[in-house]
Amino acid sequence: MAELDQRIQEAKEQLDAHAVEIVKWHFSPETGSQFWLDWAKEANWDPAGEITCFDDINAKFPHFEDEWLRDLQPEVWVPKEFEGQPFNIFETGGTTGMPKQRIGWNDYKVDYSEFSDSLNDEEFPRNHYWLMVGPTGPRRLRLSIEHLANVRGCSCYFVDLDPRWVKRLISEKQFDQAKAYMDHVVDQATTIMKNRSVSALFTTPKLLESIAERYESEGSSLYEAGIRGVFCGGTTMDPQYTRFLVEELLENKIGFKPTYGNTLMGLAKHKPFTPEDKFSITYHAPQPRAVLRVVNPDTDDLVEYEEWGRVELTTLTREFFMPRFLERDEAIRRPPIELYPWDGVAEVRPFGAMQKKIVEGVY
Amino acid sequence: MINIPVLRWGEPYESLDTDEVIHHRTGEVLAKVGQANPGLLARDMRKAKLAREALREIPIKDLVEMMKKAGDLYLNATLPLGDGEQSPNDFARQQSASTGLPEHMCKFNMEKNHFVLNNMDQILDALTRGLDIDILQRGFGVEERGVPVSYQAQSPVLGMVLPSNSPGVHTLWMPVIPMQIGLVLKPGPQEPWTPYRMFAAFTEAGVPRQCMGIYPGGGDMGAETVARCGRVMIFGSTQTVKQYSGNEQVQVHGPGYSKILLGDDVVDQWEDHLDLMADSIYKNSGRGCINCSGVWASRHTEEIAEALAERVGRYEVKDPTDPEAGLAAFTVPGQAEAVWGMIEEGCEENGTTHVTEKHGARLEQMERCDYIRPTILHCDSPDLKMANTEYMFPFTSVVKCPQEKMIEKIGGTLVASAITNDEAWAAQLTDATNIDRLNIGPLPTIALNWLQPHEGSIVDFLFRARAYQTPDERLKARCGK
Repeated sequence: MAELDQRIQEAKEQLDAHAVEIVKWHFSPETGSQFWLDWAKEANWDPAGEITCFDDINAKFPHFEDEWLRDLQPEVWVPKEFEGQPFNIFETGGTTGMPKQRIGWNDYKVDYSEFSDSLNDEEFPRNHYWLMVGPTGPRRLRLSIEHLANVRGCSCYFVDLDPRWVKRLISEKQFDQAKAYMDHVVDQATTIMKNRSVSALFTTPKLLESIAERYESEGSSLYEAGIRGVFCGGTTMDPQYTRFLVEELLENKIGFKPTYGNTLMGLAKHKPFTPEDKFSITYHAPQPRAVLRVVNPDTDDLVEYEEWGRVELTTLTREFFMPRFLERDEAIRRPPIELYPWDGVAEVRPFGAMQKKIVEGVY
Repeated sequence: MINIPVLRWGEPYESLDTDEVIHHRTGEVLAKVGQANPGLLARDMRKAKLAREALREIPIKDLVEMMKKAGDLYLNATLPLGDGEQSPNDFARQQSASTGLPEHMCKFNMEKNHFVLNNMDQILDALTRGLDIDILQRGFGVEERGVPVSYQAQSPVLGMVLPSNSPGVHTLWMPVIPMQIGLVLKPGPQEPWTPYRMFAAFTEAGVPRQCMGIYPGGGDMGAETVARCGRVMIFGSTQTVKQYSGNEQVQVHGPGYSKILLGDDVVDQWEDHLDLMADSIYKNSGRGCINCSGVWASRHTEEIAEALAERVGRYEVKDPTDPEAGLAAFTVPGQAEAVWGMIEEGCEENGTTHVTEKHGARLEQMERCDYIRPTILHCDSPDLKMANTEYMFPFTSVVKCPQEKMIEKIGGTLVASAITNDEAWAAQLTDATNIDRLNIGPLPTIALNWLQPHEGSIVDFLFRARAYQTPDERLKARCGK
């Protein structure tokens, strides 16, 4: 316990130092972006001088407004240091209308290179082939997965799924069309899997279920198809559903890596399952580059451990600073662990899921 | 508190997701019911044919005997339930506590289920219109009149998406097992009791456990049951009925809109039929689709409404354990208030009168549940909004309508009790396709003859009768005829 406490303390000190450095970077005229320099002027305080630790960010910054990422042109976010360098423009997932956009250069490579260290070679063999079945298009995920595969010496096939179209179909109650679209995606995925050698699969839970069902209806299985490791993310996976995926679809033989990530944060890692977890998935943000907190939506205070609250994200990289963004998710706050000595977020689901029906769709 | 697992072809599966079944008055947790995710059913359905194969190993006549034994066990025995056990009294108490139905009505429903199971041979005879049961078993045979015929099962299992609020519907699926068809049951969240008790009684009586699956869950589980089972029976609103109209795989049991029609030849003697009308409205909590929701006549409607209001309007809310309790609680938060809001809105229309108003407030709200006391409206035209409505409590509109317009204006009607001696009108009623079950004469809408076809033909739904030709020698060798 003393060792864990020490690691928690070290992680906190690292986060505090990182927070100070990043705020200085974005709010200094020599290095900062136009947006944050103008913001500080209007707010009439000096973040570069006044932020001395991560808690100061929570105390002094308001919530980041997602409209800024929709309404403003991307160049306002370019830190001076990156001026003149073309950037990637990444968009968030399944929104309709003008999407949120985040620009970037190397952040995604850093996130996914680090993530590779959490994979083992048996489940995700090196120098082999991957398949991603999910939202590609303008999303960071597409390049990130390819980078992750490349870092491990692998190449990656892709089958696209447009979540915006799926959401629209479901909102308009065109369930037959939504199912037909999913079948179309599954057709493409299984065609690749049957004609090419693929050992790792990145997809969404519902698509994983459909792909597995397709194989099983033909008397085969994902394992027999050669799959040894699966990344899964994008929609809710409660403990029972996770257990179903692990025990029934993956037959306890295929490695399972649930992921929680998005264009604004990067990629959170999950706490390796123990029997005590009972398939409850806990994610830990890629701290100190991003910090996830679970807060009371009414007071903004952290909730107690094992209590539900809204997920709040702070992103702290030289490419992008985003303080206290309220995600459209809720989660259970979980304590630090040896591997990730900072808070985790568990059983993530759409914010308000208990109160109203949320369109998550088939993707 | 009992923990109740998902049953996957009879095998318990401890889900990590559970739903609490709550006592509607005290808030006590009566049971924790494991919730199935839809994928479980999707996978299990690949083995659905094993359910029918297991049942086909057993002759139908033996299954019928098992049903009789199961009926006795269901009514009288203490049976296993999840990690505990359940006596008949426990069952009635638990069902009453979660559904809001008075305990004595739950016991009455037990008797009804027992009757169906105990008379399964006659019920099957009624449902098949006297078909030699061996023909169902074999798939083909020779009818009494000497004609070869084949009955082909259209699905190895029947899916049932069951409601929470009406324990009476369970009689519909009881004849399925002896017809050698398996069952996939998705219980209503507040009424897991009957499916699990029936499963325990069936298996104790010798029915193979692998012929039944019970998959509790939310709306997505219901949708999966509809999507995966070749034949499925669901219960829902008029909108649900429309949604599945023309879908031969789905049989929807919607609202009944059952009615009493008083002919011009008897309407002047309406007082003779007051008891019959009141019983049809009020008995068994007025919740069933066969309870009367409309009394139609060409004259005296104001007096009929006043007399019915006098008769049923005084009934008070009583504790569900009281043998005199006649009303069932609304256990879904906000539901009674919403229903009452609709009725009040409907009464704003000119020509609609709330006749029970003088007998005190109808909506009674409690801490965890609500009640609506029996309500009688008067509508002076069949075109008024409230002239053709149905709610899950004793509610009736007394509607003024000329006899010659009644058949057209009543719309879809599950049970019509037409009190008349006018044979010309009776003939028109007999031909009316908008009436499902027809009573001619002074019979309450709730009277049911189990030996007649009822609630859609389950045999026609599960089996396809088709031509079947084969040499006489083979017929004789296989069928003995």
